[in-house]
Amino acid sequence: MSETKPLLSIRELSKSFGPIEVLKNISLDVHAGEVVSVIGASGSGKSTFLRCINVLERPNSGFLDFDRFAFDFRPGSRAAPSADDLKALRARIGMVFQSYNLWPHMTVLENVIEAPIRVRGMPRAEAVDLATTLLARIGLAEKRDSYPNRLSGGQQQRVAIVRALAMQPQLMLFDEVTSALDPELVGEVLSLMADLAAEGMTMLLVTHEIGFAREVSTRTVFFDRGVIGEDGPPSEVLRHPNSERLRQFLSRILHEGLAASAHGAAEGATP
Amino acid sequence: MTLTEWWEFFLPYIPGFLYASWLVLVLTILIILVSWIFGLAAALARASDIAVLRQIAIFYIWFVRGTPALIQIFIIYFGLPALGLQLSPFTAGVLALGINSGAYVAEIIRAGLSAIPRGQMESSMALGMGRRHIMARIILPQVVRIILPAMTNEAISTLKNTSLLSTITVVELTLYAQTIIATTFRPFEFYIATALLYLVLTTLLTRLSAWAERRNARYV
Repeated sequence: MSETKPLLSIRELSKSFGPIEVLKNISLDVHAGEVVSVIGASGSGKSTFLRCINVLERPNSGFLDFDRFAFDFRPGSRAAPSADDLKALRARIGMVFQSYNLWPHMTVLENVIEAPIRVRGMPRAEAVDLATTLLARIGLAEKRDSYPNRLSGGQQQRVAIVRALAMQPQLMLFDEVTSALDPELVGEVLSLMADLAAEGMTMLLVTHEIGFAREVSTRTVFFDRGVIGEDGPPSEVLRHPNSERLRQFLSRILHEGLAASAHGAAEGATP
Repeated sequence: MTLTEWWEFFLPYIPGFLYASWLVLVLTILIILVSWIFGLAAALARASDIAVLRQIAIFYIWFVRGTPALIQIFIIYFGLPALGLQLSPFTAGVLALGINSGAYVAEIIRAGLSAIPRGQMESSMALGMGRRHIMARIILPQVVRIILPAMTNEAISTLKNTSLLSTITVVELTLYAQTIIATTFRPFEFYIATALLYLVLTTLLTRLSAWAERRNARYV
């Protein structure tokens, strides 16, 4: 696997917000078909890292290679991406956010076909066919003419995933996509993501769902204060952490998870 | 006076009143169009990265909102000829009130823009959409819905402000009424009639806006 050229290659990437250095010389390769889960405490830089990959945040320094794109973010570089480069890059990388961000003034179908038609230049009929197929797959075909406010959080997030998939991306980024959902709606979103992973979609996901990371991802990366603390198969990283920091993080997550489910059970017990 | 006598008394003035009302409507529409141009330009300038544009927009809004509309009308109509620019009363009136209303429209649009969650812009960018596309298809349609009530209020203010143009000899409703009163000496009857006509026009505007809001409310 490591013999082939990686789909995404990041070298010495740094990002600061004012005086605060959020990412420090990050290097990471992702091969086609890999499902990489990114874990770490809040403030560890994992979301910023994800947002640097499609340049929603512009790195202060470093190199990014993706498919045919090769960007150099060092100050004064000639290979710095232009606005058109960024549009072309983003058209190939799907991203799903914590807060769904569907467009409220468009129907589900219009949400899904907007970018394929106007960014990729897909004929409308073809875009509608594709959207209909994708929506049927997630069981929301009959919601195609509804506005997003008529959908549950889980349904909205699945539509957001479908909206990104309709661009037929080579890589999908998921930024804590289940964090804003009610507990009972998390499952439907995770199972869609698991399906995508099983189909061979290359994915990078920032998540607090450790169980999901362990079962679905092929690789787990632990971010710790702006650097990659550990990187390996989830069975090793999550079951046998090398560092004290990761052990602490995992036990904290576990306790929070237990507390949340105990709270949920208590709520359920009192009608 | 009996009802018939009333009617006979008013009858000769009805065509004039209708024409003056029509003129108020035309003035209002033209002023609103001018105010949208100034307002959108100033709102975008205020949000711009270019400091000079921001400063110009801030000065414009500060000046217009801090001075009386009547003085602004006088500056354009009586003041500009000193610089060699003599506008007709109608054109000067549309321009002055358009510039005036534009400052308020700019603030309304700015508030509308800031009410759109950041995620709307980001999720659109993440799909490879360009800024102009995002503004035209994603952001502005949502802004329009948010600002519709405030814009209606502004349009109603504009309609009522057209009465100020009577001072620079635009024969709209107010000046027409004054002219009649000068010959008939019936201020009470004619000012009440004028007020009723303004009321009909502002009510029409409110109805129109309520209809537009309902049409837009499908996704609220």
